[in-house]
Amino acid sequence: MIEVDGLSVRFGRTEAVKSLSFDVQRGESFGIVGESGSGKSTVLRALSGLNPNWTGRMSVDGKPLAPRRSKDFYRRVQMVFQDPYGSLHPRQTVDRLLSEPLLVHGMDNVERRIMRGLNEVALPDSIRFRYPHQLSGGQRQRVAIARALMAEPQVLLLDEPTSALDVSVQAEVLNLLSDLQQAHQLTYVLVSHNLAVVAHLCARIGVMQAGELVELLSADDLRAGRTRHPHTAALRELSIELEEPETTGGQIP
Amino acid sequence: MLVEIRNLRIQFPTASGFSDAVRNVSFTLGQEKLGIVGESGSGKSLTARSILRLLPSNAVITADKLEFDGIDILRAGEAALRSIRGARAGLILQDPKFSLNPVMTAGAQIAEAWRVHRGGSRKLADRAAIDLLAQVQIRDPTHVAQAYPHELSGGMGQRVMIAMMLAPDPELLIADEPTSALDATVQAEILRLIEDLVSRRGMGLILISHDLPLVSHFCDRVAVMYAGRVVEEVAAADLLHARHPYTRGLLECLPTLSHKKPRLIVMQRDPSWLEQ
Repeated sequence: MIEVDGLSVRFGRTEAVKSLSFDVQRGESFGIVGESGSGKSTVLRALSGLNPNWTGRMSVDGKPLAPRRSKDFYRRVQMVFQDPYGSLHPRQTVDRLLSEPLLVHGMDNVERRIMRGLNEVALPDSIRFRYPHQLSGGQRQRVAIARALMAEPQVLLLDEPTSALDVSVQAEVLNLLSDLQQAHQLTYVLVSHNLAVVAHLCARIGVMQAGELVELLSADDLRAGRTRHPHTAALRELSIELEEPETTGGQIP
Repeated sequence: MLVEIRNLRIQFPTASGFSDAVRNVSFTLGQEKLGIVGESGSGKSLTARSILRLLPSNAVITADKLEFDGIDILRAGEAALRSIRGARAGLILQDPKFSLNPVMTAGAQIAEAWRVHRGGSRKLADRAAIDLLAQVQIRDPTHVAQAYPHELSGGMGQRVMIAMMLAPDPELLIADEPTSALDATVQAEILRLIEDLVSRRGMGLILISHDLPLVSHFCDRVAVMYAGRVVEEVAAADLLHARHPYTRGLLECLPTLSHKKPRLIVMQRDPSWLEQ
């Protein structure tokens, strides 16, 4: 579904992404992990068409991508951002937010699609005419996901979709994302610094460090500690150490 | 006791009377590390900030006792509060991008904090600032002292913030989600730094977070808040034996790397948690 070959992105003299290659099958979830500044979000922004200054080859659904994308591309590939406080227009109601992609892409049955969209992300109809500031963080992220799904995309690009949310809400959103993937055969590319979140949702994971993809491995290998690159091992060790609550003898039952 | 709180209640006026944001909260704190954990809106920040009386102006605070080292916070005048805020109790906020002054160099901000609370010459304060930057484990303190906040990474900015809070040599440090804006590696570094400084200087620490397992690594005790109340207080080492369903829920809903969960457990909120 997605093929990336030799992708490089430069900002002035800095090379933010250095000749990166990976592919994602239809209906698969691919995760990218790395620290801040490793270039993981830059990959997603180049893929989504938000940053036209890249070199290399990328294709989605067999069609090569140019720096300028067609309108159809923007329908088939949608992005969900980290911060639902920033990514929803503060002066538009949920109804307006959800109908905009439908109007842009000239889709019919606006009324029915909005109701179905809200229903799919388990939001009550009653929030349809509310503004983003009247919703909780979790509800806002659901609206952002519903908006991304409005135009019936094939690919969702998820940039830290749960890191601004409380842990209890994170669980709900992660479950929702896996349900939606099953229901619509969606292809996901998920970027996060949280290894546990990425391993939960994605079967294959790429590890980035300083703009390079240093390792590609399966979530099972990551869980089992079958890592080849020292950076992956270090990230894994830290994540395992901190996710377990402290116990007296350091023993994890 | 450094901090003594008994039956704290914080209310806000709404269209239909007063609504409780914090109620029946009691705890004491000595030279120890207390974690306050809860979700957004659970009242954890309000509780910690009430110690400095840094609450929105429309908040109504009542308490049977609210004391910092014997000083009655509720009846203290602005001058008395001034001797606590920043000087004896420091507050570290979530995002250094917003809490540092963007048009002052890191060194100048720390030196300012030093002079306001301790006096002394400009030169002395500048030297102290560099020394403090070294204490928060910045490798090149003279260079960082001359940098503006936008030239610093998130982790570096948070170290500058911590250095500034340490300038007056406080007895209590309140860290309100100090690492939520940082990635996992830097998060661990900053929390280790805070823990280390607090232990070495014999300070009290209140660490506020929504990540329960994380907090338990850096605190002695953890108070879990839900809807304005402390529903459970446990020793960090006993967290696995926590009894309250909300505490258990917070632990269970996290995805983990060590074992695979096909589906995450979603918390079922029981209305009875609101009362009791």
